[in-house]
Amino acid sequence: MSQLFSLNSLVWLLPLPPLLGFALITLFINRSKRSSHRAALAGAGLSFLASMIVFIKAVTTHALAENPFGSAINWLPTGQTWLKIGVMIDPLTAVMLFFVAWTVLMIFIYSVGYHNFGQPVGAHDQPGLPPHGAEVKEHGKTHHVLSIEPLYSRFFALISLFAFAMYLLVVSDNLLTLYIGWEIMGLCSYLLIGFWYGKESARKAAIKAFITTRIGDVFMLLGLAALYSLTGTLSFKEILSNPQVLGLLSTSLSPVFGLSWAGLIGLLLFIGTIGKSAQFPLHVWLPDAMEGPTPVSAMIHAATMVSAGVYLVIRFFPLISAGWLPGDPLNPTMTIMAVIGAFTALFAATIAMTQNDIKRVLAYSTISQLGYMIAALGIGAYTAAVFHLVTHAFFKALLFLGSGSVIHGMEHGVLHTNEHIDPQDMRNMGGLRHKMPRTFWTYLAGALALSGFPLITAGFWSKDEILSGAFNSSNMIVFITLAAAALLTAFYSARQLSMVFLGEPRTEAAKHASETKPVMTSPLIILAFFAITLGWAGIPHEFPLLGKLSPAWFQEFIGQMLQTEQVSEGHSLIPLITSLMVSLGGLALGWLVYKGIRSAQQLDPMEKAFGFVFRIFQKKYGFDEMYEFLFIRPAHWLAEKLSYQIIDLTLIDGTLHGIALLGVKIGKLLRFGFDLPVVNGIGDSVSSGTKGAGGLLRKMQNGKIQHYMGLAVVFIVVITLIVVYFLHAF
Amino acid sequence: MNFLSIPLIAWLILTPVLSAALLLLIPSKRIGLLRGSALGLSLIPFVLSILLWVNYDPQARTIFQFEMIYPWFPAIHSSLHFGIDGISLVMVLLTTLLTPLAVLTSFNIKERVKAFMVLFLLLETGILGVFISLDLLLFFLFWEIGLVPMYFLINQWGGEKRNYASLKFILFTMGGSLGLLLAIQMIGVVSGSFDLLEILKTWPAIQSGTLFGLSFETVKTIAFWAFVIAFAIKVPVWPFHTWLPDAHTEAPTAGSMILAGVLLKLGAYGFLRLVLPLFPVESARFAGWLAVLATAAIVFGALSAAGQTDFKRLVAYSSISHMGFVILAVAAAAWAGGNSDSAIQQSAVIAVNGAVLQMFNHGLSAAGMFFLVGVLYDRAHTRVLDKFGGLFAILPVYGSILLFVSMASLGLPGLNGFISEFMIVRGTWPIFTALTAVSMIGLLFTGVYVLKSLKLVLQGPLKEEWTGKITEINLREILIIAPLMVLMLSIGIWPAWILNLINQTVMNWF
Repeated sequence: MSQLFSLNSLVWLLPLPPLLGFALITLFINRSKRSSHRAALAGAGLSFLASMIVFIKAVTTHALAENPFGSAINWLPTGQTWLKIGVMIDPLTAVMLFFVAWTVLMIFIYSVGYHNFGQPVGAHDQPGLPPHGAEVKEHGKTHHVLSIEPLYSRFFALISLFAFAMYLLVVSDNLLTLYIGWEIMGLCSYLLIGFWYGKESARKAAIKAFITTRIGDVFMLLGLAALYSLTGTLSFKEILSNPQVLGLLSTSLSPVFGLSWAGLIGLLLFIGTIGKSAQFPLHVWLPDAMEGPTPVSAMIHAATMVSAGVYLVIRFFPLISAGWLPGDPLNPTMTIMAVIGAFTALFAATIAMTQNDIKRVLAYSTISQLGYMIAALGIGAYTAAVFHLVTHAFFKALLFLGSGSVIHGMEHGVLHTNEHIDPQDMRNMGGLRHKMPRTFWTYLAGALALSGFPLITAGFWSKDEILSGAFNSSNMIVFITLAAAALLTAFYSARQLSMVFLGEPRTEAAKHASETKPVMTSPLIILAFFAITLGWAGIPHEFPLLGKLSPAWFQEFIGQMLQTEQVSEGHSLIPLITSLMVSLGGLALGWLVYKGIRSAQQLDPMEKAFGFVFRIFQKKYGFDEMYEFLFIRPAHWLAEKLSYQIIDLTLIDGTLHGIALLGVKIGKLLRFGFDLPVVNGIGDSVSSGTKGAGGLLRKMQNGKIQHYMGLAVVFIVVITLIVVYFLHAF
Repeated sequence: MNFLSIPLIAWLILTPVLSAALLLLIPSKRIGLLRGSALGLSLIPFVLSILLWVNYDPQARTIFQFEMIYPWFPAIHSSLHFGIDGISLVMVLLTTLLTPLAVLTSFNIKERVKAFMVLFLLLETGILGVFISLDLLLFFLFWEIGLVPMYFLINQWGGEKRNYASLKFILFTMGGSLGLLLAIQMIGVVSGSFDLLEILKTWPAIQSGTLFGLSFETVKTIAFWAFVIAFAIKVPVWPFHTWLPDAHTEAPTAGSMILAGVLLKLGAYGFLRLVLPLFPVESARFAGWLAVLATAAIVFGALSAAGQTDFKRLVAYSSISHMGFVILAVAAAAWAGGNSDSAIQQSAVIAVNGAVLQMFNHGLSAAGMFFLVGVLYDRAHTRVLDKFGGLFAILPVYGSILLFVSMASLGLPGLNGFISEFMIVRGTWPIFTALTAVSMIGLLFTGVYVLKSLKLVLQGPLKEEWTGKITEINLREILIIAPLMVLMLSIGIWPAWILNLINQTVMNWF
């Protein structure tokens, strides 16, 4: 029994409860909504407990990075050897587990309220469409109230599978099981984005998400194959903690672009991240993914999927940076990462500041923040990237769940007033701070963390560290780009806060919005707690005044992952001043510009000022249209026209039909040119055979059954004759 | 002759024939009895193959187990020589599993039930015979036996264009068989025996001399291509594939299940069992060409599948793409045959392991997909994708099953298809790096066509005309698909149980 409860087996068992929950719901209890969410919550809860035990054990273990705990087993026989799979807990895994466990559990709890558990069933609700609301008679009066999600059980089943995949990915000690978790998440995101599959937009968004990320995935698969071929293993420990392997990979030349094998494999894996973490140019799927229910957005954008992408490159940083030392010029793969990350951070932020849908703002914000992490890794600021990944997971989960709460409140108002407005459009909101105080205060915490509000929010600490990393490693272009993006981030956060919560209600629905239930607001409060306090775990020693008091726990803990020294932490105050200025300046600007909005129809003040540029941003630079023209239509042409109609039907089958026709011609020639005139009478039987064959071939398209029966018989006879011939010929 | 002395392996191919004979005794009107007996009788070979599996020793020294030799035509040195190794065992298991399921599927056949079931059992004999024959003549005999029942199944119980489809099917395959027959005959003459194990001792080593006035090199090259084309048509490898979509589209559901599930494997099996061992030099020389065709099959198969509007045709094209991976791995193994580097050998072992597993996996997923298309067709009487839409709302169980099987076919990690594709990609990467990279286009489009079919069938607004018309999948149908799903999942989670069988045999090769 003690064996069963050892730490090692706990790590093995850690991902399984949500999987069991999924199986249980799918196979047995999906008819009962209450049992379904109980099973899901129990699964998430058990994994949460296990994660916390493992986390505590991990942080109290000395020199965990050198001696991670876990074990591996033989899985795939490959000739004389086996491919092993296993689990491993090192500092990176531990912090991943920490935020995944917390956010996932909060999202699960929140979902119970979000999907209106306890509300009546709507009379017109259909599976595959969002609930329309139900009518309730109370004291002789009819009320419109929110109705329960028709596919409530399915939601909890899928989100459990999703959680399982994320846990699996995190505890994996090898790239193969990581990839398995990665892909199962891809499936779950497809199913959950398309959860309301009856909506055309949802089904399109689901497919877009799956295919776009799959582009990254096939490159990643090649990276996997290359790595496995060269090293004979996929275990993190054997590749990433082995200087010989890293040295070999970084010095041997690959056939592509003069990259080393380490560089090429790193690049292939990074393309996987580009897809999964929605980096430019594969960013297009993520904003559309907002079609899913809001807890799904929180799940995809904060706790799991996009984090998984960044996690992959963080995990493989020793490979990507093999041979590189802090202070050296960046190697090609790192340069690509720095450029793509920084560009994405700024580019997505410009779009975020022009969107009106509350969730879309957050979606672009996510893309932008992920860009920060990628850029940080690109310039070698490893700890900063991990730190921002963790803080971002909390405050972005908080913001998404908060936006869901806002939308819920607005939907309540819409049902109450029967007003026909979009409850997600921020122009229709305003003044919600009075109606939804708990949502407001927690949202405020999240938005301030996102904008990097100094000292008190977690976002400040992690973002500051990335900026100072960029500055101190003298990557000025990256530094300036990220600083500009940070300014915009603060700006759109203030814009969102002003439009949603401040001012006066701009619609009737907003006037009648109401605060959501505690089952939804409690997770917000817990996440808000982390969005504020988590930063204090990672106050760097170099920070003026506070730094002296800080244990800089996070830097210590994660820092042990790297065998080489960290980016030299400079003592310049420039990055600090910059991050103070951009965050406070951006917030102030955003508030000043947007505090004056009075009506829902009013033109956006920024659009008034920057018309054309604003509209380019708002149209997302036209990437969707461009991809449609450049890739999707050609793909349709390739599939339908070239491959099927031109090659198969015209060229190949055309040739075949030509041969068949030739056969008919020859048959006729024999019949009328030779048989009838020459061997008339004697050759009757022969000619009828030829004629039959010719006729059959001629009528390939529309012949009669009996002919073909005849033909078949002929064939059998022929076969028999051939066989008999052989047997007697010798 | 004492019946008890007949070895297990002979019973394997005898029982379907005897069962067919037994069915002939049942009056045609007793449809229920016919169906029940066919199902019951088709389970016997399954039990027998399970027995073979249990008694099979993967660690054994001898390559072929349960070997049986019985004189047949001593004059030409051809004998009833059967035997099983890891590869054929896996294929036998697949065949005997799919046949009862296909018979159960055919319970919806209403016309000429007796003839249908008899043909089906004969088909099984032909297929099993190919997988266990160790004599070239015997191999060819069974190869052709499998053809005829399938022709009639398509021609008699098929869809609208069944005549065209069945004729195309048989002409194509017969066309390939001609060269195969001549080549086998030639090899037999030269080696003085048709026994595969005998031939392997002498034939591959012959490098000099002349035959029919041609140098042996030329003769062997011609014979090699004769084999390759025959098997390539069967697999089918691009560009010999156009018979397949037609045959599948027109065949009855059970016919498609067997056609895609096992008949296509005969071609791939031919490559592994005959082409590579008999022509190691030629295989290595022409491996690049084969790999190019395989990649074309992967890419164009997936592209064409994405371009379909008929659900069944879409699945048919997906078979071409999936089987392309098998051939890509075969090509890699062929290339590695001419290379003694141990890393390359290791890659080839992984590739062939992947290829055999991919054959098994494709057997499961293709049979499953064709079955599910059939379930839909039985109810809606159409397969045009655009006519469906939103069915998930009224068919939650069917929808979930379709999703599951589609994902297995797409190669989702955690299910079977991924394991074999991963092994093949890993195995071929060091050998055909560029082609492996190109084949990823095929994997991408696999995603496109799978999601396309799911989108058009399950998602979107529900078309009013189907409410109340399409009923949920019934118990009989669930019984058919459930074993396939269990296998898909079990291979995806714990592939070692089946790979151990394959791996040992593959290692003996290299």
